[in-house]
Amino acid sequence: MAQIFHHSTNTIARVSIYGAVIIVGLLGFALNVVNQTSYVTEVHNARPQPVPFSHKHHAGELGLDCRYCHSSVEVSSSAGMPPTQTCMTCHSQIWTNAEMLEPVRASYRDSKPISWTRVNAVPDFVYFNHSIHLAKGVGCTTCHGPVAEMNITWRAETLYMRWCLDCHTAPEKYLRPRSEVFNAYYQPPKDQLALGEKLMKEYKVQKLTACTTCHR
Amino acid sequence: MSNPQPRMAFRGARVLAGLALLLACAGCRQDMHVQPRYNPYDPTDFFEDGQSARLPVEGTVPRGDLKLGPNELFYTGKVDGQASESFPFPVTREILDRGRERFNIYCSPCHGFSGDGDGMIVQRGFRRPPSLHEDRLRNAPAGHFFDVITNGMGVMYPYGYRVAPPDRWAIVYYIRALQLSRQASINDLPDAEQKKLLGGTR
Ligand code: HEC
Ligand code: HEC
Ligand code: HEC
Ligand code: HEC
Ligand code: HEC
Ligand code: HEC
Repeated sequence: MAQIFHHSTNTIARVSIYGAVIIVGLLGFALNVVNQTSYVTEVHNARPQPVPFSHKHHAGELGLDCRYCHSSVEVSSSAGMPPTQTCMTCHSQIWTNAEMLEPVRASYRDSKPISWTRVNAVPDFVYFNHSIHLAKGVGCTTCHGPVAEMNITWRAETLYMRWCLDCHTAPEKYLRPRSEVFNAYYQPPKDQLALGEKLMKEYKVQKLTACTTCHR
Repeated sequence: MSNPQPRMAFRGARVLAGLALLLACAGCRQDMHVQPRYNPYDPTDFFEDGQSARLPVEGTVPRGDLKLGPNELFYTGKVDGQASESFPFPVTREILDRGRERFNIYCSPCHGFSGDGDGMIVQRGFRRPPSLHEDRLRNAPAGHFFDVITNGMGVMYPYGYRVAPPDRWAIVYYIRALQLSRQASINDLPDAEQKKLLGGTR
């Protein structure tokens, strides 16, 4: 019987088998790299906002407490966004002619909320709650980064599940005294682990890793 | 006898299509990520004002929030329509600490940390509020402060929507403590504290 395949098909077969393995491997690697770029994770990307609101100005230089504007953060799952009236407590008197504040004044005039662009968000199948984290000594800057130095707000962490779990399996790495939770410039001490373990006992912090903690 | 070349090409195309499909999947992000429900602050096109969160109907009274009878003092700072001299509950150390914390968050930007009216925002051009230590305000009834926090006054906007009634009273207690601190003499302190303050001099 005559050979069906020519001799050279052996090489083609080999090349295509090994080639496929290499291509799949490379693709996997490339996907992994792409997935960690800020294009995908959105970390460090300043979002355009209807008003160029600056935390650096308000929380940093003016020294306003986060709760002046995010007033439900201690008692609710949502941190709460300031209603326009909160801006107007000051901007009814300050920078009243500034062009860049026109959307704020228009919003107050017409009772139409300003629609801020979301910066941090978890998918709908994840349950997140601010109040518990603050009550157990997790500070704003641990999750949101140096907010008081941001001219336009950007996301500091991926908010991926592995990021949540990194802390939930070992909260002692991040805990701070409750009195420092709102401190925008807090620096962890050198003996963070010792402090963290002490605080875990004091605040009765559990390591919550059951799936139903966050997926309920 | 068939020619192998077209079959190879067909297989290659299938592999490519499969890979493309894989890539496309990595890009999908709908399904359970965005569920048909509203999260806080989500917009909607159902209501005219575009907000999914609704305001209570005009005149709604939260349960237990009836501003009449025994509750009038607690929720309005008034008794029979007059600013009350007295507080609805006695002061404790915790209440004073809470009052200080809340005062520093919501009032100190304008009134300053000690109530002199020289806060950061005033330094940036906001109208200077009166000092909380002036005689008129030292003699003002507690209910007056409660009312100013709740409803605002002049160019000062209301803070009632951000500061709950118990916290408003805590702030008023703290303002009283600030006022007292300017009027107190050393003899008002307990013996132990006097000794500490004067150190070895007595
Ligand atoms: C003067 C009011 C004000 C103060 C004070 C303030 N914020 Fe904000 N914050 C805003 C406004 C308005 C936005 C929405 C615009 C934006 O994202 O920048 C916002 C957005 C944010 C966001 C992003 C929300 C999102 O879309 O995910 C975070 C995080 C945040 N603030 C944290 C803080 C922290 C931490 C502090 C205290 C150090 C603070 N803020 C103090 C007004 C304020
Ligand atoms: C407690 C007072 C206060 C509140 C509340 C406040 N601001 Fe301001 N804001 C200021 C002051 C003071 C300045 C001017 C800064 C300066 O003089 O350096 C300013 C400046 C600004 C500017 C222009 C300057 C800049 O570069 O940031 C914008 C825009 C602005 N505010 C937006 C807002 C918005 C939006 C809100 C509501 C979420 C808000 N502010 C709430 C006090 C306030
Ligand atoms: C344990 C991490 C963590 C801490 C601590 C934390 N946040 Fe957040 N924050 C998040 C996550 C996650 C989201 C997105 C929540 C969502 O999508 O529902 C968020 C969202 C927000 C938002 C947007 C509005 C909202 O509630 O969804 C604001 C504003 C905000 N945070 C402010 C703060 C402030 C102010 C503090 C400190 C008092 C703080 N956060 C502490 C993780 C944290
Ligand atoms: C820096 C540390 C840290 C990070 C990051 C963090 N958590 Fe937590 N989380 C805690 C601590 C501490 C507790 C309190 C545990 C306890 O109850 O003792 C907690 C509790 C919770 C609870 C329990 C609330 C309840 O009512 O039972 C939920 C839900 C939760 N976290 C969700 C999340 C999600 C989702 C993320 C990521 C987006 C996240 N956390 C990121 C530290 C963290
Ligand atoms: C501390 C909170 C937390 C816990 C505990 C947790 N998850 Fe998650 N999980 C998350 C967050 C946040 C995300 C979303 C990450 C993202 O944005 O892609 C997520 C995403 C997922 C996804 C991915 C869905 C998708 O479409 O990408 C699966 C599957 C999942 N979790 C399963 C689990 C299982 C199984 C467990 C228990 C072993 C668990 N999770 C425990 C926070 C948590
Ligand atoms: C944005 C700046 C600002 C903030 C924040 C602020 N105030 Fe005022 N306050 C003023 C100004 C300005 C006046 C003077 C109002 C006028 O005469 O038009 C005033 C007046 C007052 C008065 C005097 C009323 C009278 O009889 O003369 C009291 C009491 C007072 N404020 C208490 C408070 C308390 C308590 C808080 C915190 C919950 C607070 N204020 C927050 C600016 C502020």
